[in-house]
Amino acid sequence: MSAQPRFAAAAYCGLFFMLLAILASSAWWLGNSPSQMQFDARLMPPSTSHWLGTDALGRELWARTVAGLRLSFWVGLSAALLGTAIALTLAAVATLSTTLNAIISLLIDTLLSVPHLILLLLIAFALGGGTQAVIIAVAFTHWPSLTRVLRAELLTVRQAPYVAISQGFGKRRGFILVHHLLPHVFPHCIVGALLLFPHAILHEAALTFLGVGLDPSQPAIGVLLADAMRYLTAGYWWLGVFPGLGLLLMVLCIDRLAFHLRRAL
Amino acid sequence: MRLILVLLCVAAVSFGLIMLSPIDPIDAYLGSQMAQVSPDQRALIAEQWGFDAPPAAQFSRWLSQLLSGELGWSHIYNQPVSDVISQRFQRSILLLGSAWLLALLVGFALGIIAGAKEGSLLDRLICGYVYVTASTPTFWLAMLALLLFSVYLGWMPTCCAGPTGVVNQDVSTLTRLHHLILPVATLALLGIAAITLHTRARMVALMRSDIALHAFAQGATRFDIAWRHGIRHASLPAITLAFASLGELFGGSILIEQVFAYPGLGQATVEAGLRSDVPLLLGIALFTALFVSIGNLIADSLYQLIDPRISKEQP
Repeated sequence: MSAQPRFAAAAYCGLFFMLLAILASSAWWLGNSPSQMQFDARLMPPSTSHWLGTDALGRELWARTVAGLRLSFWVGLSAALLGTAIALTLAAVATLSTTLNAIISLLIDTLLSVPHLILLLLIAFALGGGTQAVIIAVAFTHWPSLTRVLRAELLTVRQAPYVAISQGFGKRRGFILVHHLLPHVFPHCIVGALLLFPHAILHEAALTFLGVGLDPSQPAIGVLLADAMRYLTAGYWWLGVFPGLGLLLMVLCIDRLAFHLRRAL
Repeated sequence: MRLILVLLCVAAVSFGLIMLSPIDPIDAYLGSQMAQVSPDQRALIAEQWGFDAPPAAQFSRWLSQLLSGELGWSHIYNQPVSDVISQRFQRSILLLGSAWLLALLVGFALGIIAGAKEGSLLDRLICGYVYVTASTPTFWLAMLALLLFSVYLGWMPTCCAGPTGVVNQDVSTLTRLHHLILPVATLALLGIAAITLHTRARMVALMRSDIALHAFAQGATRFDIAWRHGIRHASLPAITLAFASLGELFGGSILIEQVFAYPGLGQATVEAGLRSDVPLLLGIALFTALFVSIGNLIADSLYQLIDPRISKEQP
């Protein structure tokens, strides 16, 4: 472990943004290679000409994996941002009055008592499937645990002397919330968003794997793995191994970043 | 009391979501016979089923049916929903239960070992393993296990709860267990990570505490302290976490059952979702919510049972 958490965090941030830039620009340099079929090179094992092998229609697996990771990244990002925004709003609202607090606790308990994947299935079902439904479902279900953390944090800060002094000056609750409480929880929000990120990505992959919102033309990691299931017993191992490995590396990368940021902040 | 309120909310939320769905219940019911039904007949069906009533009235009717134990009819299995759930759950409970127990025991043991000597090689190995498994997609892990043990080594069967082409009653217990090993192992791997991390954190705190210092001064070894104090000290978070993570376990079982084609409740959930079997989907959502809520309730009451100080602290 590095003795300088801030330095390590900065290094991780740099590395992360570099990888991100590569991933984000991949739409431009990949061109149409994820969907380009080569019928003379079907189900080729990994080699120098086909880096990670090809699938049953002769499409390059590495290009499809990168494209899938890009989709996962955008889903994860939107889910993390939206989830954090919802969590912050609800946590702030909960501090305003005890009735609101009780309602929000009930809402949190309700959402947490349904297994997450079933909730995702229900929402995706309600929206009628499709890639969009998956994105919305993932984005709208990841806030409860973060809301709890933020609410607890806000409730402790509210007891601080400077908040009491501000109240003594006759400031309104809304003013205190915006000027004293919210700036305090901002670092928590960043780390919370980063911690939501891997969850969201894994759930997106799980949903597409189960075939909800399956759009077979779009290379998502879950779709690639679901495809690979059919060829697994025939021994085409690379189809199943590499997309999952890519996903694992991406999640680990974000996880480490969150870990170092939390130490630094 | 809280449990009933939460379940009521779950019912309302899931009912609301189904109402939002663009899938027409009459179309879903008719299936392939959709083209043969005239608009008049459709209107008749809608009237008989009460679809023209406002959503609130529909909800209260559904709820009153639910309270009398009538969950509805599953059109993809052609059975009452309660029958489907109970049959499927009997198969799933074996998978869930053994994976749960395995995760608890192994996770607890790993946590104790890792936390007993913070910073040692063993500790770092276990931590690294935990971080990696926590970020691994469950179904991918299951696929890798399937690939390695079933396809290449040929030790395990590749699918289902029994050999294909054999009637369910004829399958022996040994074959059933053989088919269970891989799903249980992969499902347990999922739960191990969280339990290990929490147990380890508790153990590390214990080893830095005055209790441990006192014991060291009396000549106790690390193993002594871990065995005599650690297990009792760290069992509380491990057990609570195990009960509180039933929802995650169930979510994992959906994916695992899909990979191994194990005909349990998880597979039924996916089928119900994909083929728009509304009564079954609602039934499963409510059933699992009950299951998870009871798990949470047990976790809360165990806390007070194991550590009496907690209930005393509350005025």
